[in-house]
Amino acid sequence: MNVENGVHDAHYFVPAPSRWPIVGSLALFLMALGAAFWMNKVPGGNWALLAGVIVLAWMLFGWFGDVIRESQAHSYGLQVDHSFRWGMSWFIFSEVMFFAAFFGALFYTRVISVPELGFFSGTHELLWPGFSADWPAATAPKLDAPYRAMEAVGIPATNTAILLSSGITLTWAHWGMVENRRTQLKLGLAFTVLLGAIFLCLQAYEYHHAWETMGLTLASGAYGATFYMLTGFHGMHVLVGTIMLATMLVRVLRGHFNAEHHFGFEAAAWYWHFVDVVWLLLFVFVYWL
Amino acid sequence: MTASTETLHLQHADHQAHSGAHGWRRWLYATNHKDIGTLYLWFSFTMFLLGGTMALGIRAELFQPGLQFWHPEFFNQLTTLHGIIMVFGAIMPAFTGLANWMLPLMLGAPDMAFARMNNWSFWLLPPAAALLVISLFVPGGAPAGGWTLYPPLSIQAGMGMDLAIFAIHLLGLSSIMGSINIVTTVLNMRAPGMTLLKMPMFAWTSLVTAYLLIAVAPVLAGAVTMLLTDRHFGTHFFKAAGGGDPVLFQHIFWFFGHPEVYIMALPAFGIVSQILPTFARKPLFGYVSMVYAVCSIAILSFMVWAHHMFAVGLPATAQLFFMFMTMLIAVPTGVKVFNWIATMWQGEMTFETPMLFAIGFVCLFTVGGFSGLVLSIAPIDIQMTDTYYVVAHFHYVLVAGALFSLFGATYYWLPKWTGHMYNEKLGKLHFWWSMIWFNVTFFPMHFLGLAGMPRRIPDYPLQFTDFNSVASVGAFCFGLGQLLFLYNVINTIRGGAGRAPARPWEGAHTLEWEVASPAPHHTWETPPDEALVKKGLRAQLLDQDHE
Repeated sequence: MNVENGVHDAHYFVPAPSRWPIVGSLALFLMALGAAFWMNKVPGGNWALLAGVIVLAWMLFGWFGDVIRESQAHSYGLQVDHSFRWGMSWFIFSEVMFFAAFFGALFYTRVISVPELGFFSGTHELLWPGFSADWPAATAPKLDAPYRAMEAVGIPATNTAILLSSGITLTWAHWGMVENRRTQLKLGLAFTVLLGAIFLCLQAYEYHHAWETMGLTLASGAYGATFYMLTGFHGMHVLVGTIMLATMLVRVLRGHFNAEHHFGFEAAAWYWHFVDVVWLLLFVFVYWL
Repeated sequence: MTASTETLHLQHADHQAHSGAHGWRRWLYATNHKDIGTLYLWFSFTMFLLGGTMALGIRAELFQPGLQFWHPEFFNQLTTLHGIIMVFGAIMPAFTGLANWMLPLMLGAPDMAFARMNNWSFWLLPPAAALLVISLFVPGGAPAGGWTLYPPLSIQAGMGMDLAIFAIHLLGLSSIMGSINIVTTVLNMRAPGMTLLKMPMFAWTSLVTAYLLIAVAPVLAGAVTMLLTDRHFGTHFFKAAGGGDPVLFQHIFWFFGHPEVYIMALPAFGIVSQILPTFARKPLFGYVSMVYAVCSIAILSFMVWAHHMFAVGLPATAQLFFMFMTMLIAVPTGVKVFNWIATMWQGEMTFETPMLFAIGFVCLFTVGGFSGLVLSIAPIDIQMTDTYYVVAHFHYVLVAGALFSLFGATYYWLPKWTGHMYNEKLGKLHFWWSMIWFNVTFFPMHFLGLAGMPRRIPDYPLQFTDFNSVASVGAFCFGLGQLLFLYNVINTIRGGAGRAPARPWEGAHTLEWEVASPAPHHTWETPPDEALVKKGLRAQLLDQDHE
């Protein structure tokens, strides 16, 4: 089937029994139990959570390590490659739906629940003095904690430019891969990772500023909740995407991939573009409008 | 046994040497779709017994008015955990287990597309189940606000709710990975010559079900994450005091919850569409219309969610929209029921146990569908919301629907799994026993609901006593009868009614019957040749091109 690779794979690659899945289950069990205990101030919860995270990191190293070794050993034929492409596409679709839940919450709150609260006269007496059905609401539930809403100009606009440029550098790197110009590939990938890291630093600074100086916290009503949860989950995805791309950079430096076979790189690139698109929606609907 | 099966046996012998781990490692480190399928099926049956025991706890309390056995708070924990465990622990894993076992065999694939991830999908389930069970023993007990976890109750609940939230995260993760595996296997691993419109119906329904799950499981994860932050981190998604709205949770939950209903129904449709043609000895009637019906149901299922919320005060336009969209689902469902009946029409029918369960499914699922149609009418639903009429409705589609199809599937494929025939007499007894006591349990609930008895309440006024007593007797008999099923399965594994041939059902023409019984540990390591695939397709009248 896959002749150009020099490997005749009449057999679809089915991996041997592996310990990583059960290790991953153990990790997530520890994390779930630990987090539930920790949130309810049960002693030991934080340690169980930490142990879970460590085991999970070990599992990820081991499991992806196996995959990389199998890939380098040319175990994966064309049909396996197709499976990976389908699998990654559907995984990204599931991520789209995860964000859709939070965007849905944002739209519902802005379009339905806040205006409805303002619709009934006297509602503000039940909520808090001075309540007005604005978005973002001028005050938080406690009047002594007023907050300022985020502006689109400044860091958010800069971050938009950074993520858009990172999409360009990544595509440039991909061209380098396809045309076998390794220096271009390495440079493009390194720039992309760097831009991702800068984005994360700027967002961390923005969070600090918002929380400390502007009084905007998770508890600042529905606005604070949707702002932090949407941008927070996006930030986590940028972190994961940056780690993925950094892994690809290490693999490129070690001489992995060639012009025909580099799906690991492509998958990370797909993921990065997905994260990019989510940011554009965030910029428009959370910061700007 | 065909020539190709012999060849397969020989290949199999070659591969025995590296067929993998033994002892406990075989199950913990499994990458074989049959082993993982077996794990799924046993796990789901265990959860079925656990959730069933909770149901019997509920029925014992409701046998007569007044408080008999449980504190009301614990009664609510029983109803909540019964729902979560049956939906996420029993029904869904059973279908995934069947897909694991049967899809590679039916499609001519060597295994699932991602064998290691397949193992992870399964092994996330026991930790999730453990979290749910642990929640019974923490201060405040298990979640008690119903399986739908509506705020504000779910925000006010104790730490059992956090354990349930994390359990749902793990279950969702398992569902997403399992579904990505199923979709990829169906799209990428079919035997040569088996185009999409020539696949077995079970493959079609598994594909569409998996698509639905990938679309909605992340939405549920988002919903319970918002619950978690509302509980512990001061957010106001579902609290009006900060501009949020508890109704928002219901919208997000049911955006997941309604497709979820079809996630539990579509695979059942697929199973019945395999069993009926086999025992009617006729090809499935209207194959292509069946495929379109499944796809239409899936698409419509995203546009009907608020029919679960008619009583929360939606605008009239929204109520009308969701009411009519819901009624529209009756059209493709009607197409399916029509096709099943037309498949049996003038067939040379025999009534082995799988066929009995399939016919039972068609009859009783239709009853559940009709009561659903009644509930889709907004003005009626406002009267019936949260009454036993709703309980009756969804048990007709989930017990007589999903569960009966699972029993049918087990009897149908048990010879392939174990290499032995099951005891037919016991199987038939199991069917008739289940059929009778199911109806004794759930039919009276229609009357209770129409008379106004609310669900999730441990006590009731005297006038509801008779029907409740009947339902409780029925429930205990139904539950007891399932031990008969367990006995029959174990007995079959140990030899049952003798060795099963590769094709125990003469009317079955899909690819799984081309391999030996029991199916060797590795099958279709090289794809079946096109002539073999074509032979089966011809027998199912699927060989012509569908233009």
